Amino acid sequence: MTDPGGGAGAAFLERQSYRRRRLMDAARLLPLFGVLLFALPLLWTTPAPEGAGPESTGQAMAMSDAILYIFVAWSGLIVLVALFGYSTRHWGANDGPRGPGRG
Amino acid sequence: MASLNLLVLVCLAYVVLLFAVAFMADRLAARGRSTWLRTPLVYTLSLSIYCTAWTFYGAVGYAARSGLEFITIYLGPTLVMVGWWWGLRKLVRIGRSQRVTSVADLISSRYGKSNTLAICVTLLAVIGVTPYIALQLQSITLSFTIFSDADPTAAFAEGTSVILVAAGLAVFAILFGTRNLDVNERHHGVVTAVALEAVVKLFALLAVGVYVVWGLAGGVGPMMERIDASPIGTWQVHSGRWVAITFVAAAAFVCLPRMFQVMVVENDDERHLRTAAWAFPLYMLLMSLFVVPIAVVGLDLMPPGENPDLFVLTVPLSQGREGLAMLSFLGGFSSATSMVIVAAMALSTMVSNHIVMPIWLSARGGGGASVSGDVRNVVLLARRVSIAAILALGYFYYRLSGGGAALASIGLIAFAGIAQILPALVGGLFWRGATRSGALAGLLVGFALWAFTLLLPALGPGLLPQSVVSEGLFGLAWLRPHALFGIAGLDPVVHSVMWSMTLNAAAFCTVSLTSFPSPLERLQGAQLVNVFDHSAGPRGWTGSVAQSEDLMIMSQRILGAGQAQDLFQREAEAQGVRGHLPEPTPAFLEMLERELAGSVGAATAHAMIGQIVGGSSVSVADLLRVADESAQMLEYSSQLEAKSAELSRTARQLREANDKLTHLSAQKDAFLSQVSHELRTPMTSIRAFSEILRDAEGLEPAEQTRCATIIHDEALRLTRLLNDLLDLSVLESGQVSLNMRYGLLSEVLDHAEAAALAGADTPLRVIREPATEAVQLQSDLDRLAQVFINLIANAQKYCTAERPELRITVQMAGDRAVIDFIDNGRGIPPEAQDTIFEKFVRLRGEKVGGAGLGLAICREIMQRLGGNVTYLADRGGGAFRVVLPLATRIAAQ
Repeated sequence: MTDPGGGAGAAFLERQSYRRRRLMDAARLLPLFGVLLFALPLLWTTPAPEGAGPESTGQAMAMSDAILYIFVAWSGLIVLVALFGYSTRHWGANDGPRGPGRG
Repeated sequence: MASLNLLVLVCLAYVVLLFAVAFMADRLAARGRSTWLRTPLVYTLSLSIYCTAWTFYGAVGYAARSGLEFITIYLGPTLVMVGWWWGLRKLVRIGRSQRVTSVADLISSRYGKSNTLAICVTLLAVIGVTPYIALQLQSITLSFTIFSDADPTAAFAEGTSVILVAAGLAVFAILFGTRNLDVNERHHGVVTAVALEAVVKLFALLAVGVYVVWGLAGGVGPMMERIDASPIGTWQVHSGRWVAITFVAAAAFVCLPRMFQVMVVENDDERHLRTAAWAFPLYMLLMSLFVVPIAVVGLDLMPPGENPDLFVLTVPLSQGREGLAMLSFLGGFSSATSMVIVAAMALSTMVSNHIVMPIWLSARGGGGASVSGDVRNVVLLARRVSIAAILALGYFYYRLSGGGAALASIGLIAFAGIAQILPALVGGLFWRGATRSGALAGLLVGFALWAFTLLLPALGPGLLPQSVVSEGLFGLAWLRPHALFGIAGLDPVVHSVMWSMTLNAAAFCTVSLTSFPSPLERLQGAQLVNVFDHSAGPRGWTGSVAQSEDLMIMSQRILGAGQAQDLFQREAEAQGVRGHLPEPTPAFLEMLERELAGSVGAATAHAMIGQIVGGSSVSVADLLRVADESAQMLEYSSQLEAKSAELSRTARQLREANDKLTHLSAQKDAFLSQVSHELRTPMTSIRAFSEILRDAEGLEPAEQTRCATIIHDEALRLTRLLNDLLDLSVLESGQVSLNMRYGLLSEVLDHAEAAALAGADTPLRVIREPATEAVQLQSDLDRLAQVFINLIANAQKYCTAERPELRITVQMAGDRAVIDFIDNGRGIPPEAQDTIFEKFVRLRGEKVGGAGLGLAICREIMQRLGGNVTYLADRGGGAFRVVLPLATRIAAQ
């Protein structure tokens, strides 16, 4: 996101504030993304309940894989939030939108 | 051998270290040199009081029982932190700008400073957190038990140790939580100690984890294989619980009083959230990284009956790693103590602010600002007592419950209870339509359902009879605590969370939509929901010198330069500060506020100082107080104005009355002298002639007769004068009784003409127009005739024409009759026309005979009869006009 060859100042500012708005959109989407990531394990097959017929033969998810998935997803989310925080570190007081739910 | 004595010693040393750290931090903060205390790192670490002993010990037990489900406790808060930009940021901004002191305070101030709501939230928090505190006491005691079991020489009494632990925690919380009253309720010492404890517990858990994975299992690969081979080796998560617990944990993370305390109240700078947003999830990730490995190894190594909640301690102990076990114990100890201290502090703030103080103030008779001196001490005392009481409650809960239930289940119950605050909180932050009644309804419904479906059944048959659990309340099957509305088969936690949160939110929305908020509520709602429009940005801590300067400038404006400088100088000397700017200590601010209040009113002074020192916006309540004061002043000054206007009106009336009296007095004097004069003239001649008759001898009979005739005439004249005077005085005093009758104007005129002209020397020709005189009158006809007689007689006496004539004309003017008496004489000279109706006024050269009272009497009579008599100028001769009202029935035609 660099300014191409010293364009007009106004254009640069516009582009910057546009970027900021999209970043804020991303920040709002992030928790939804997190919900999706953490809800995904609910689709995994669970071991057949005791007494169930042989038809439920789906291979149960191994605990090590589950741990791996959850911690990787978790770390990814943390990295994304950190990136957002890093890119907003110079934002001033009320640079943001006039309040959540707009823009 | 890890003896119990050594453990106690280490514990005490650790506590002393915490005291020292907290004390140093407080000292540094008081001197304003604590910049490193206010870093995002300390803020993030202080958030870690979310990870209590439940996390430290309980998570491993949880994992040993239900696999990965324990991780939901961390995933919920992670989602909240990830969404900080539109959630927590707003909460923190509001907390700072409104000077919020607790979650109850926030909800109360959002809904129009409703204390009812604050009390509800406080009670809910106390009920929800008490089991949680009991849980911490239990975990510390359990960990002591582990060591005492390993040390056969120790004499360990569980009961006394719990009491000691509770008392020690209470002392720590009281010492550092209630040392002073800060406007912003910040406690640097406690926060720093909590941050230190956060490091200790993370380090301890990581150390145990590293030992288990690399020391016992032999690396990551073998560990993973071991995990898959263990009883919890497959993914078996109850999907309902997974979602419900994640949600409840997220909600509790925001609503828990202790989390609110460190996250919002103790927050120094909004920008710290940016760091905490990724650092705190990372902390939680590290805390849970080794939970499953420890659980799996524990299940492998330990005998089957061993309590999995204590694997963190027992696994190293069983391997003879006493140092590691000691470290692990310290980690658990840290988790428990930091949670209990902060929770007790937060709860005591709520209890003292919303329950004790209102009661105390109303008991004192609502002295308001005048008692500001003692209030601080009372608040501190109330907080100290509250802390002790809350820990005592926790202790009793622990004794009652017997400490048997698994750690995780108690924690979940507390979470679900605290989460009931969420709809009111989130609705209040984002929805302007949320009302006080709605919040109250939601809270009560949620609280009742939570207590009925989760808390009471968990407490055992003592509080909720078994019959209610199995057959429902009042024997109604659809009111069974675990199968509300007939939906059975759900997990109790899922069931309770689903029903309580759904109906809580539904009640909140429905009542909010149908009720109408008070003005204060609407203002507060607008201010909080649109907080980013009103408040300044994320400000750091402003330097204290700058504050002093601002205060100085403001004080100079209000008090005047000399007095303000004097005041600041004296304070600076008292504080022992070089220069003339003192530190803005609370005592100084209070004093300054009082000084300013003398000039601008208490509320205004409070708001002005608050603006400079608090770095927060003036609340609506402040503004209302200002408006109230101004209104009172306005009312007072308008009262003064009204009074002064009344006074000047009275003074004017008095002056007028005085003028009138003076005038009347002069009139009276003039009247008296005139009367005396009028009386003296005839009396003089009577006396003279009576002396002649008495003294002169030999008077001719003719002479005698002449003298007697003169005396008689003069006596007659006196009598007439006195009669007229009497008549006039009766008329003037208004005591005359009028004899109102109906009659024709023509008849009255006939009578008057006949009477006036009887025995007249010179003939007067009276010209009348009988056709116009047929006018019906309602009047005192005799008095009216008297007026006419007087006017006709005057014309007869004074008309100087050779052939005197008097023309009487009658005209109608609306409801009045106008009768003119016009003669053909010289008339009355213009200079006399104004005065002829006055008493004793006679024209020059008039023939003696009248006292000059006739016209005065005429005018009095006509005024009594509702009419008037005036002189008409420029009519050729003397012309009088009599105006009198017609009979009412004729006027009506």
